[in-house]
Amino acid sequence: MTQLCPECDAAIAMPEQAKLSEIIECPDCRSELEVITIEPLVLALAPEIEEDWGE
Amino acid sequence: MQRHGAAVGVAASRVRFEEKAIMAALERRRVPFQPFDTRTLWLDLQGEPRLPYAVVLNREIAQTRSAYLARLLESFDVPTINPARAVEVCGDKFLTSTRLHRAGLPTPRTALALTTGAAASAMEQLGFPVVVKPLVGSWGRMVALVRDREAAAAVLEHREAMPAPQARIVYLQELVDKPGRDIRVIVVGTEPLGATYRTAGQWRTNAAQGAVSTRCPLTDDLAKLAVAAAEAVGAEVAGVDLLEGRDGELYVLEVNHNVEFRGFHAAHGDRVDVAGAIVGHALRWVRP
Repeated sequence: MTQLCPECDAAIAMPEQAKLSEIIECPDCRSELEVITIEPLVLALAPEIEEDWGE
Repeated sequence: MQRHGAAVGVAASRVRFEEKAIMAALERRRVPFQPFDTRTLWLDLQGEPRLPYAVVLNREIAQTRSAYLARLLESFDVPTINPARAVEVCGDKFLTSTRLHRAGLPTPRTALALTTGAAASAMEQLGFPVVVKPLVGSWGRMVALVRDREAAAAVLEHREAMPAPQARIVYLQELVDKPGRDIRVIVVGTEPLGATYRTAGQWRTNAAQGAVSTRCPLTDDLAKLAVAAAEAVGAEVAGVDLLEGRDGELYVLEVNHNVEFRGFHAAHGDRVDVAGAIVGHALRWVRP
């Protein structure tokens, strides 16, 4: 299954069992994308890194 | 008292390699689990909700949200891994340092200054170079290597201009003359799973700064120190970062409560199953 990158419109091959909130990188524009719904499968730009993110 | 459900909750706002590996390990063991997006969670403190979780694996990437998530769930008697106190301690470099120091573990010389002016005085007394770190933060971001008085003035001026009051509390640390790498040991429960070298072409050796992970022999010294560090901060799952000084001395640098293990897995392959160990540790909270 493929989805279009919401940033650059490139076709992205999706993993077979995509998870909600999964982070996927567009192979063309390198944008970080987030799976925001599974049915239907929708990708959106992932939130930017915030100051307190980490391990 | 068991008013909640029997599932393992997997709390995350970003599902990455680690979260997928944990969910795959839960599936392999046929453990009922429920992932949930922390950005959607709210609970009425006066309510008596029956939550579906026997335990929650806290994989939230944002420190502030992670700490409140753990506190919120614990207030409803849902245990979290890591426990809230460990999340708070590990998420604050000063609190971590005090716990490590109190436990008698070797750490780089560290100071805390309560204003930028006091930080300037501290640097003069401690000497250069010195490392300035944010109290909260990870992946080596906003960590500055200050080599002289001029660089110190610039860094402290920037700190003074930052809006958060915490920016004016300055955490200073001796620069350990390390051999271009640090060591990450992953501890689950009281078991050290393995170690990796993280090697970089620059002084910061965080994986997020491009460091490459390779296998490191898990010596007794490393294992003991890492387990003691995890215990000192109360972490049940921990990524312990250690430095080797030129004198061969080992130092505990910090303990990560929300350990990332993609690089560790790349170095060790399937020989070490971090996700499986985390799940195994969580199962003690799940009724048979």
